[in-house]
Amino acid sequence: MNVMDNRATSAMLYLDGVHVSFDGFHAINNLSLTLAPGEMRAIIGPNGAGKTTMMDIITGKTKPDLGTVLFDGVTDLTRLDETRIAELGIGRKFQKPTVFESQTVQDNLLLALNVDHSVKGTLFWRGSKPESERIDKVLETIRLTDARNRLAGSLSHGQKQWLEIGMLLAQDPKLLLVDEPVAGMTDVETHLTAELLKEINKTHTVMVVEHDMTFVRELGVKVTCLHEGTVLAEGTIDQVSSNERVIEVYLGR
Amino acid sequence: MTSHMLTRSLDRGAAMFLMVVAACGILIPLSNLLLPAGSVLQVPTYLVALWGKYVCYAILALSIDLIWGYCGILSLGHGAFFALGGYAMGMYLMRQIGTRGVYGNPILPDFMVFLNYSKLPWTWYGFDMFWFAALMVLLVPGLLAFCFGWLAFRSRVTGVYLSIITQAMTYALLLAFFRNDFGFGGNNGLTDFKDILGFNVQAEGTRAALFALSCLALIVAFLICRSVVSSKLGKVLIAIRDAESRSRFLGYRVESYKLFVFTLSACMAGVAGALYVPQVGIINPGEFAPGNSIEAVIWVAVGGRGTLVGAALGAIVVNYAKTFFTSGVLAPYWLFMLGALFILVTLLLPKGIVGAFNAWRESARERRPAAAAASAAAEDGITEPDMAEERS
Ligand SMILES: Nc1ncnc2c1ncn2[C@@H]1O[C@H](COP(=O)(O)OP(=O)(O)O)[C@@H](O)[C@H]1O
Ligand SMILES: [Mg+2]
Repeated sequence: MNVMDNRATSAMLYLDGVHVSFDGFHAINNLSLTLAPGEMRAIIGPNGAGKTTMMDIITGKTKPDLGTVLFDGVTDLTRLDETRIAELGIGRKFQKPTVFESQTVQDNLLLALNVDHSVKGTLFWRGSKPESERIDKVLETIRLTDARNRLAGSLSHGQKQWLEIGMLLAQDPKLLLVDEPVAGMTDVETHLTAELLKEINKTHTVMVVEHDMTFVRELGVKVTCLHEGTVLAEGTIDQVSSNERVIEVYLGR
Repeated sequence: MTSHMLTRSLDRGAAMFLMVVAACGILIPLSNLLLPAGSVLQVPTYLVALWGKYVCYAILALSIDLIWGYCGILSLGHGAFFALGGYAMGMYLMRQIGTRGVYGNPILPDFMVFLNYSKLPWTWYGFDMFWFAALMVLLVPGLLAFCFGWLAFRSRVTGVYLSIITQAMTYALLLAFFRNDFGFGGNNGLTDFKDILGFNVQAEGTRAALFALSCLALIVAFLICRSVVSSKLGKVLIAIRDAESRSRFLGYRVESYKLFVFTLSACMAGVAGALYVPQVGIINPGEFAPGNSIEAVIWVAVGGRGTLVGAALGAIVVNYAKTFFTSGVLAPYWLFMLGALFILVTLLLPKGIVGAFNAWRESARERRPAAAAASAAAEDGITEPDMAEERS
C-alpha cells in the first residue's frame, strides 16, 4: 500500500482500479496506469478498447463508478468538472477534430490561450503584444501562418488536426491528451506530427492514443495496449507488438 | 486581411442602421409636432405611437438575437421579461393616477378599491417614485433571468429542453398575473394611465418624446450588443454556440457566460417592455402569452439570426406586415401567414434577410476579378449556422 502511495505522489497522472459502465456495459475495467512527469506515452488498442473513454474520465467528461484518478500526485480529478480540470492544466485534442469552425484560425488560438477565462476578463480583454507573439509562434509551429485569417471550418482535415494541436500549445497545459492525431493525414503530415509531438514532449507530459503503428514506432516511447477497458500489455513497441495476447487481440477479431 | 474586411463591412452595416434609427428618432417626432396636420410630410400621431411600438419590439428582438444568434440559447419565454418590464412601468403609471381614478383613492389604484384592498400590497411600495420603477424595470427581469439561468445552465439544460422550460416559465407567469389575488390587476391588467413624470401620456408631445426615447434606447441596446459580441467575450459566446463542450475543455465556465448574457438580455427586454407600455396605454397578462415569445423569435429568424441589424429589421418588417394584414379581410389568417412565413424563411432564407443580403453581396464581390477566391470562400461561412444546428 505504502509503495503505491509513494508512486501516486510522484506521478503526473495516476489511475488505479478505475471502473466505468454504460448501462451495464463495462467500458473500463479495473484500469490502472501511471504517467511520470515529462513522460510521453503511446496508448494503442483495438476500436472500442476504451481509449477515448479513459480520456473522458481524466478530463471530467465521464465520472468513473469506482477507482482513483490523481493528477500531479494530489488532485482527485473525479470530483472536478471539465472547466476546473482544464484550469488545472490538462489539455485535450479530440478524436474527431473539434475546432471552432465559424471563427478564424487566429481566433481559435486566441480562445485557447491560457489567460484570464472569466466573463469579466474576456469582456474587457485588450490584446497584448506577448499574446499576439505567442499566437504567431504557434501559427508558425503548426504551419498555418498563411491561413491565420481563414475560417477554421474551411481548413483541410489534416490542417484541422494541426490547429487543434496548436490550440493545445496555446493552452500550454502540464498534461496533453492527444486522441488519434494523425487520422486522415498523409505520410508526410504524419511524420511532421510525430516530430511536433516529440518537440512538445521536451517541455510537457503527453499521452497519445494512436492506431498508426509506424507513427507509434516513430515516437519511440513506452507503449500501453488497452483491451476491453483494461491494460493488456505495457513496454517498448517491440515488446508489446510481440506479446502473444496483443497479437491475439489484434488478429483474432 | 479577410477578417479586417469583414469587420469593416459589418461596421458599415451597423453605422447605416444607427444613422437610420437616429434620423427616424429625430425627424418623425419633429414632423409630427411641427408640420401642420394633414400635410403630406406630417406623421400623424397614431403612426408615431404605432412605430414606437415597433421600435420596442426591435429592442426585444435584439435581446433575443444576443442570446440565440450568438450563444445558441433559444429562449421561447423572452416575452415574460418584456412583460415584467412593462408591468414595472405600468405600476408607476398607475400610482401617478392618484385621486383622478374612478374611486378617487389617493393611494390605491382603482382595481384595488374595487377588490376591497384595505392597504397597498408591499409589492407596490416605491412605485410612486420614477427612479424606483425604472430600477425595477431592470432588476425584476434581470433577477428572474439570473435565478432561472442559474438553475438551468448549472444543470446543463440546453437545446429544446431549455426552450420548453422558458415556455413553461412565461406560461406560469401568465397564469399568476391572471389571478386577481396576485395583486397586479388580474386579467384587466393595468390601464387608464394619466401621466408620466408629470406629462400627459396621451399628449402629442409626450408620444413624440416617447418615440424619440425608444429610438435612443434601440441605439443604446444595439451598441451594447455590438460591443459585447465584438469583444473577446463575443468570441467565447460563439465558441459555446458552436461547440459547447469544447469550450469547457479549454477552461471556460460555460454556465457563467450563459448566465451573463441571458441576464443582460432579459434586462434589455425589460426596458423594451417599459417603453412599450406608456405608448400602447395598457399592460395585461396577455403579454405573457407563450405565443408572443415565439413570434419574437420568428422576427429574429426572418431578419437574420446572429446579425443584430437583422433582428431589429425582422421585428419591424414582420410587425408592419402584421398590422397590414390584421386590419383587413385577411385578419383571421394572420397566424397561418406567420407560420407560413417562418417555414418559407427557414427553407429559402435560412440566414434571414440580412444573411441572404450578405451572401448576395459576397457573391457579387466574388464575381469581380480583383477579389481573391479564397477570401470569398472564407467569408461565406461567417454568417451564422442555420437553425438545424439547434438539435444539440
Ligand atoms: N457515453 C457512452 N455511452 C455508452 N457507451 C459508450 C459511451 N462512451 C463509450 N461507450 C462504449 O465504450 C466502449 C469504449 O469506447 P471508446 O472509449 O470510444 O473506445 P476507443 O476510443 O478505444 O475506440 C465502446 O464499446 C463504446 O461503444
Ligand atoms: Mg477513440
